[in-house]
Amino acid sequence: MNLLIKGGRVVDPINNLDDILDILVEDNKISKVAKNIEVNAKQVIDAKDKIVMPGIVDMHVHLREPGREDKETIASGTKAAAKGGVTSILAMPNTTPAIDSKESASLLKDIIKNSALINIFIAAAITRGRLGQELTDIATLKKEGAMAISDDGSSVDDDNLMQEAFRKAKEQGLLVVCHSEDKSLSRQGVVNLGFISTRLGLRGISNESEYKRVSRDIQLAKKTETPVHISHVSCKESVDLITKAKAGGIKVTSETAPHYFSLAEEAVLGFDTNTKVNPPLRSKEDLRAIRQGLKDGTIDAIASDHAPHTESEKEVEFERAEFGAIGLETELSVSITELIKGGILDWTALVQKLASNPAKILGIDKGTLGVGKDADIVIVDPQKNWVVKKENFVSRSKNSPFIGRSLCGVVEYTICGGKIVYQA
Amino acid sequence: MVWARKDLLGLEDLNKEEIELILATAESFKEVSSREIKKVPALRGKTVVNLFYEPSTRTRVSFEVAAKRLSADVINIAAQESSVRKGETLIDTGRNIEALKADIIVIRHNASGAATMLARRVGICVVNAGDGWHEHPTQALLDIFTLKERLGRIEGLNVAIVGDIAHSRVARSNIWGLTKLGAKVTICAPAMLIPPGIEEMGCKITYNIDDALRHADAVNVLRMQFERDEGNAFPQQLEYFKNFGITKERLEKAKKDIIIMHPGPINRGIEISSEVADCSNSVILEQVTNGIAVRMAVLFLVAQGLEKKNEPLN
Repeated sequence: MNLLIKGGRVVDPINNLDDILDILVEDNKISKVAKNIEVNAKQVIDAKDKIVMPGIVDMHVHLREPGREDKETIASGTKAAAKGGVTSILAMPNTTPAIDSKESASLLKDIIKNSALINIFIAAAITRGRLGQELTDIATLKKEGAMAISDDGSSVDDDNLMQEAFRKAKEQGLLVVCHSEDKSLSRQGVVNLGFISTRLGLRGISNESEYKRVSRDIQLAKKTETPVHISHVSCKESVDLITKAKAGGIKVTSETAPHYFSLAEEAVLGFDTNTKVNPPLRSKEDLRAIRQGLKDGTIDAIASDHAPHTESEKEVEFERAEFGAIGLETELSVSITELIKGGILDWTALVQKLASNPAKILGIDKGTLGVGKDADIVIVDPQKNWVVKKENFVSRSKNSPFIGRSLCGVVEYTICGGKIVYQA
Repeated sequence: MVWARKDLLGLEDLNKEEIELILATAESFKEVSSREIKKVPALRGKTVVNLFYEPSTRTRVSFEVAAKRLSADVINIAAQESSVRKGETLIDTGRNIEALKADIIVIRHNASGAATMLARRVGICVVNAGDGWHEHPTQALLDIFTLKERLGRIEGLNVAIVGDIAHSRVARSNIWGLTKLGAKVTICAPAMLIPPGIEEMGCKITYNIDDALRHADAVNVLRMQFERDEGNAFPQQLEYFKNFGITKERLEKAKKDIIIMHPGPINRGIEISSEVADCSNSVILEQVTNGIAVRMAVLFLVAQGLEKKNEPLN
């Protein structure tokens, strides 16, 4: 089976490419990237006026299986990913059971093998049951395929325990992925603390609850000389801390989610529970800092933090609704709309944030269109607009804060391992 | 000015003209309560459902009386005793009430935003009778109505609001309503009970009760909810009364005819002394009376607003 993608604008930062080129895919791999490839291919895709980029590597996704198949399954989540141009996912371990043992990891691997449409990489829990009390058997989890450890959804409060986790991660060569939240500060909060929380009469979550914990996790990375990755950065103080840490040579990387560079806390006015995320949508000033952090490289990656919840978990009083929003099907378009059209990033930089950088952070051979690499490719119409509609999501859940918004950029094809897994 | 809303969810949503229309409508309804037969047929054949998720006597009875004086049929649902205990969601409860062909839901709920959410999901009228810390529009409207009745105007008045602002829906609705009508609002409370950014609503902040009272034409004294458990950061009752309680001595330094308001129920000797609560400056019982007229106006207007919405175009 061979496939020729003709005449698209190929953006591949790892190989310093941004040019009108053809790509030939043979036997699941990229076999040639050049101008005007003359070959009798079985299938030819005309990519004129399209962007051809490496498949998105989304390093923060909640697939909910095993345990909460009513919210999402590996099958539905990877189908949604394919529609959104995502070809690799780091699956977060806060499933039921949590990915904290050999048994649960191997159960997850079986499900992936049977039903995943794209590549799934596994993050294991830091503590058993994600309870923050007892470390998991990290060496065994690595043997079962874990690439990273995270208690995402919660932060490990115990400083000593977290330090031990860093040490174990270092010993095993695993990435520590931090959900940075000091619960003693965020408490029962549901929206950003400030004028908006006051207007709505809702409990607020301060920036401090995030950056205080970011600060600790950076210190632990420094002390233990272990790489740390800060998840879903939402506020300016966190950006500042990461900038300083990077300048000081500490091995820290970070990600933000599309809602933190596109929506500010005002989006919560009207009590739409799809805008209830953790960390919360922040102030406009924070939003500007996130954009600046993306621009100057402080924030390495964009990840969706895809967090599916059922309608009955969201169609309740705001303070009782679950935190989280789906994002796999909108992350590329929101990024194009806000960052490319908004003049924050060029295509090379955007592809770095969405694909090359997360692949590097995870140490996986993805995020590139190099010859000999897996053919994980997305073809995007960068000019076409579409309106986000609830009924068009293929994710099992529909909790998107972007419903009703007009976005720019449509995925035309998603190719994973040489196979077309999505076609518009 | 024509009323075009099917719901009353908060005063933040309303403009000055809409607030004035409610006040004017209330004025015309006030007389009904002094008739021998206290009833007009304005809502005859309509059904009003009081859906109360929080215990409330004053507001619930006031809405019930208001609806009955408009000849509506009234049904009271105390959520503690209803299917809610069996796990029914707010939206499902609302849709069931709609399916019973009720016309107006009056909702009191301990979660901020509950009325807004319900209003989005049902086609019938929703009136917010207090949601969490968010808004209590009819309380603010009756406060404003009472002030206007006493002083003839709202514009240019100095109004102090004293007490637990952070957790008060009454404070928020009053600040929106009063500032939209041109009053100058000063809020006064211990720092821990002033929520962040509230000055952006257009009010001034002071931590000194004497400063708050000095130029005030009226003071609205909020109920202190010491039963509230917010951890360690709540003042002690005696400490609060000493520093923020409204007493005769404090009022000696205020304007002689300062108007004293309280949304009730009063904690005598905690936020206000008995003496002050019962003095001639106090309009606390007038507020209760005016609450009926204001709620009649609101029920009448939202019912009209719904009809307007449902009229076929052309």
